[in-house]
Amino acid sequence: MEKEIVISAHKLTKKFGDFIATNEITFKVYAGEIFGFLGANGAGKTTAMKMLCGLSIPSAGEATIAGFDVYRETEKIKQNIGYMSQKFSLYEDLTVVENIRFFGGIYGLSNKELKSKSEALIKTLGLEKEVDKLVGSLPLGWKQKLAFSVAILHEPKIVFLDEPTGGVDPVTRRQFWDLIYDASDRGITIFVTTHYMDEAEYCDRVSMMVDGYMKALDSPENLKKTHGAATMDEVFFDLARGAQRQGD
Amino acid sequence: MKQFKAFVRKEFYHVFRDPKTLLLLFGMPIAQIILFGFALTNEIKNSKIVIVDYAQDEASRRISEKIEASANFEVAQKLLSHREIEEAFKSGTIKMAVVFPNKFNYHLNHEGKAQIQIIADASDPNTATTLSNYANAIIKDCQKSLVPAGQKGLNINTEVRMIYNPELKGVYNFVPGVMALVLLLVGVLMTSVSIVREKEMGTMEVLLVSPFNPLLVIVSKAIPYFFLSLINLTIILILSSTLMEMPINGSLFLLYFASSILILTALALGLLISNSTDSQQAAMLISLMAMLMPTLLFTGFLFPLENMPMPLQIVANFLPSKWYYIIVKSVMIKGLGWASVWKEILILMGMTTFLVVLSVKKFKIRLA
Amino acid sequence: MRSLLFLLRKEFKQIFRNKSILAMIIGMPIIQLLIMPLAADFEIKNIKISIVDHDRSVYSKNLIDKVIASGYFQLNDYSTSFEQSFQQFEANNSDLVLEIPQHFERDLVKLQEGSLLLAVNAINGTNASVGSAYLSNIIGQYNQELRKQGLSASIAMPATIEVATLNWFNPYLNYPFFMVPGILVSLVTMVGIYMCALNIVKEKEVGTIEQINVTPIKKHHFILGKLIPFWVIGVFVFSLGLLGVARVAYGIIPVGSMPLLYSYLAIFLIAILGIGLLISTYSQTQQQAMSLAFFVIMVFILLSGLFTPIDSMPEWAKVIANLNPLTYFIEVMRMIVLKGSGFAQIKSHFLAMIAFAIFFNGWAIINYKKTS
Repeated sequence: MEKEIVISAHKLTKKFGDFIATNEITFKVYAGEIFGFLGANGAGKTTAMKMLCGLSIPSAGEATIAGFDVYRETEKIKQNIGYMSQKFSLYEDLTVVENIRFFGGIYGLSNKELKSKSEALIKTLGLEKEVDKLVGSLPLGWKQKLAFSVAILHEPKIVFLDEPTGGVDPVTRRQFWDLIYDASDRGITIFVTTHYMDEAEYCDRVSMMVDGYMKALDSPENLKKTHGAATMDEVFFDLARGAQRQGD
Repeated sequence: MKQFKAFVRKEFYHVFRDPKTLLLLFGMPIAQIILFGFALTNEIKNSKIVIVDYAQDEASRRISEKIEASANFEVAQKLLSHREIEEAFKSGTIKMAVVFPNKFNYHLNHEGKAQIQIIADASDPNTATTLSNYANAIIKDCQKSLVPAGQKGLNINTEVRMIYNPELKGVYNFVPGVMALVLLLVGVLMTSVSIVREKEMGTMEVLLVSPFNPLLVIVSKAIPYFFLSLINLTIILILSSTLMEMPINGSLFLLYFASSILILTALALGLLISNSTDSQQAAMLISLMAMLMPTLLFTGFLFPLENMPMPLQIVANFLPSKWYYIIVKSVMIKGLGWASVWKEILILMGMTTFLVVLSVKKFKIRLA
Repeated sequence: MRSLLFLLRKEFKQIFRNKSILAMIIGMPIIQLLIMPLAADFEIKNIKISIVDHDRSVYSKNLIDKVIASGYFQLNDYSTSFEQSFQQFEANNSDLVLEIPQHFERDLVKLQEGSLLLAVNAINGTNASVGSAYLSNIIGQYNQELRKQGLSASIAMPATIEVATLNWFNPYLNYPFFMVPGILVSLVTMVGIYMCALNIVKEKEVGTIEQINVTPIKKHHFILGKLIPFWVIGVFVFSLGLLGVARVAYGIIPVGSMPLLYSYLAIFLIAILGIGLLISTYSQTQQQAMSLAFFVIMVFILLSGLFTPIDSMPEWAKVIANLNPLTYFIEVMRMIVLKGSGFAQIKSHFLAMIAFAIFFNGWAIINYKKTS
């Protein structure tokens, strides 16, 4: 049986003046998949992701997210996705529980749902003692776990994660990936960008962006095989060797 | 020294890479000097008044003509009742009414006494007194010519000389004022915000752990704004002397010297504010909300300082712009030299030193 | 609708959490309103005068006495050297120099003609003309007195015109009465524009706005969520100023209708917040927003007729003043609070303000993009 397609992009392109940030990328993401979106800094990952989230209108090409068109149906897309940006994106001057209630509320959760969900969430994250602390006062790792949990509070079809584990220690990263697996088990499709190659190994499939082009797309196993490499690191170096653009 | 240059260069990059802010930094003072230099004047001209002439005789007509000829008034002739005058005041269409009673001329010539009523909308007391003074002067003047000759007695002639500004131009007063306003506020604002911004972004920590005197980090932030302000000053001076025919009678060097000190005072004040707050919003609120109105009022270009109650006159002394305003007027318009303004310059220098010392003391090398 | 409630709850929590900012936006206008109107006094008094008396006669003494007794002038120095007095003049110690020539008395008695020289510091044109007008008036009165003395009793006095001046609405010419409403409006404007513009741009700078933009929040809900809290704060600050400071400290009790005044305030605040919103859509950083807001507020305040009369401005500046919402509200404040004008008299002001509110908010909403 064909797997359900939740993201489909065809020749998706974004130009800023003469600069082509994302050049005719084509790919599909299946329901329940953990899809790794890899590339060096400046390769066009964030631009591509913003187009998929409806934050940025593509210059050319087509794409549908959860069956909705990225040009015409951005508001419908937004009902069906969660998003966690590169910058930390909760309100630092609100408390943990206020942030959860706020974001849950604007996604239309009922008061009953809000109550039960925020309790469950706080328990899973072990934040019982921090409930009434300002988010700004939490350590970065906790903030990011909280931000992820808030992004999937409304049970979206797909969640987009833009370098979610930047700047946190290996233990926290591991815990973060446990949260991702949990979400994936519940049927949420995960679309994640990262430049940690060990994280690439956790994905079902990975794609590799170089200079705005999508240079590779396969499972980590197959990629290592075709490039004759032992680790994803080597695959990355092999593909990125010819890159023109410098990182930012 | 090499490191210091690197820091200064970095700050210049910050300033010049942000064209929007740059445009504002240069565009704003230019726009302001033009706007306010031309538009602001304390003079009261073209005020709409109404003459209510129940007499319609020779004397009333002669006085009316004189009032109509004055540039201070825009006159309409209407027979309004007191009620109607009140209505007109309430809708703001007129500012004053001059009422001639019945038989004005008759009373004047046969009883030796006649009355004119001036009714002013005194909700604006300044306009009300000024307008009634103008009208009074015209009426008194007419009186002389209306009264038969031969009765004149001895006469004192007063020759009035308007010194420094014979045409009574508003520009002479407002250009130095706006200069003080712009240089002070822009300086305070930009330094305070640019430092607090680094605090907020967390980049300040990076700078402070560098093997480099943290104080110089701060100084290097102020340098681009110092030069920017000097450029602004130059543009303002060129504009005001070409467009507004504002003279620069005194030494240009002295003017720049005094301006540099004011700019330094502003930068030092900006440093102090940035050391006392840690959010951009707070820094802006202090430098704008708290400073705009006091600077407008206490510099002395809108309202004469001598009129203020004593405590406020004392408050005004703490405003650097007040002293700078005095210097600019003395140098630009009166053409005076060092001998006349050294006191004000010393006061400004004292303020700068005080502010710098204070902000250095408050400056925390280790961020809390 | 429900998401608007969540947005409002969030905004209010954030505003009330930051106590120091809250204290500033409420405290600063109140303190300034207490002090500033006292400084904004145009009434010219205590004009400093230098007198150079070359004559030192009875007539010159009498004249000087009259000048000092008038209460408008403060004698700075009295000398026989014009040079010396002019130095005082240059050093800003005096505003006027009155020179009485030698033989002033003799000429008056013998030739029936005397002359005086008056030098005025005219940098501030108004002060100069008012000061010299006062002095000329005093000299004129002195002249009359001398004439009376000179005329024999048999000849009738020349006819005089008496001028009765009535000052309506403010018979004691109380200046703060005029300034307080205008200054209050400017302060409320500052609070509204700054807070609204900075708040939204801060979300841009920190990145939370991106998070909001991927949610299904409607554009107008987000904007309303920002405008309503600042609208409430604006009304609060205004009421505190009008019912607190203006009433208690200055004894100003609005003559006109309060509901009328508050309906105007309501529309005015919407217009002002629209400007804040508009500024935020054009700025990426708080620094930019603040510079823009600063410029706009300076122009608004200085070209509103608050401090200098609009009638005296050149035509092009009058056009700007007429496009300035502050001009209208200051006029309306003065009309309703001081003169008791009714709706009929300010109808056109209402229409203008509604137009401003629609224009600025419309522009801002069109310019506010959830996507790029």
